Amino acid sequence: MEGNNSSWLLWLADDALILGQRLSEWCGHGPVLEEDIALSNVALDLIGQARALLTLAGQREAKGRDEDQLAFFRTDRAFRNLLLVELPNGDFGDTIARQFLFDQFALLRYEALAQQTTDLELAAIAAKAVKEVRYHAAHSAKWIVRLGDGTDESKVRIQGSIDRLWEYTGEFFMDYGMDSQWADTGILPPLASFEMSWLKAVQDVLAEATLESPCADWMQKGGRMGEHTEHLSFLLAEMQVLPRTYPDAQW
Amino acid sequence: MSRKHGDWPLWEVFIRSRQGLSHKHVGSLHAADEAMALENARDVYTRRMEGLSIWVVPASAITASSPSEKDVMFDPANDKVYRHPTFYNLPDEIKNM
Repeated sequence: MEGNNSSWLLWLADDALILGQRLSEWCGHGPVLEEDIALSNVALDLIGQARALLTLAGQREAKGRDEDQLAFFRTDRAFRNLLLVELPNGDFGDTIARQFLFDQFALLRYEALAQQTTDLELAAIAAKAVKEVRYHAAHSAKWIVRLGDGTDESKVRIQGSIDRLWEYTGEFFMDYGMDSQWADTGILPPLASFEMSWLKAVQDVLAEATLESPCADWMQKGGRMGEHTEHLSFLLAEMQVLPRTYPDAQW
Repeated sequence: MSRKHGDWPLWEVFIRSRQGLSHKHVGSLHAADEAMALENARDVYTRRMEGLSIWVVPASAITASSPSEKDVMFDPANDKVYRHPTFYNLPDEIKNM
């Protein structure tokens, strides 16, 4: 650890960057034109959040790395994102389920970060992100309800998506021993303290959608330590190929 | 069995811009219900800060004049120039009119 909070800023930044990159794969492939644009808007919001957070992480790290250096010249083991956000998009239901589970968590995290006054730069980034993520969370939750309380087929499929992704949600609340870096300074409460609020928000939407809330007995982990699924490497290869091939390329 | 995009009703979108006083028609879109129509309108038509307020109206709720009735509808107004305020003499003191 660098002895400042740059390493866990990467948790926030990489969640946004990798999910933004994943979602942008929908651009031009959305189920309907309007939703295609909606998903691309969300992807752009996330990449905007990632840019601000990576820039801040680079400044705090003080090794001269800017947002581009951090996004394009780190290898998979150096990324700190949740496993959930690097998973392939699957079908539209899988994408919505992943987005829904993540949005509800991201909203709680950004709201807490926006309210604290210990780290004002981070609070400013979070305050902007809260407005965006509130919309993302409303959007994905409405789709969960439409699909869950929709046709027989949509109900079975979205329930399957939620069930399959559930084991990746435990990592939201795992601190990997990092809680002291923010909890002691008052920047963020311990991650485990978000779990009940998240679960309630998720269960409320699932109940409205007439879906079952899964029961977890085992959870995936590893993303925060750089132990990723194979999917991240392919994502990074596509995301990083241009700047790595032409490091000085300009728009 | 599965509904296609074409099954979603068409909505007309009206946006009030930052400076504008009234909502103006900007286009149309498909959506399953009014909430989705409002979201879609936000995503499709206000990406570049075009608006402060959105109305969505089911296209089926709009009664439109028919192009084939154009003559009957509009031509009679053609020769009634006295309906335009062009025959008043403006006093010199009035600068801006």
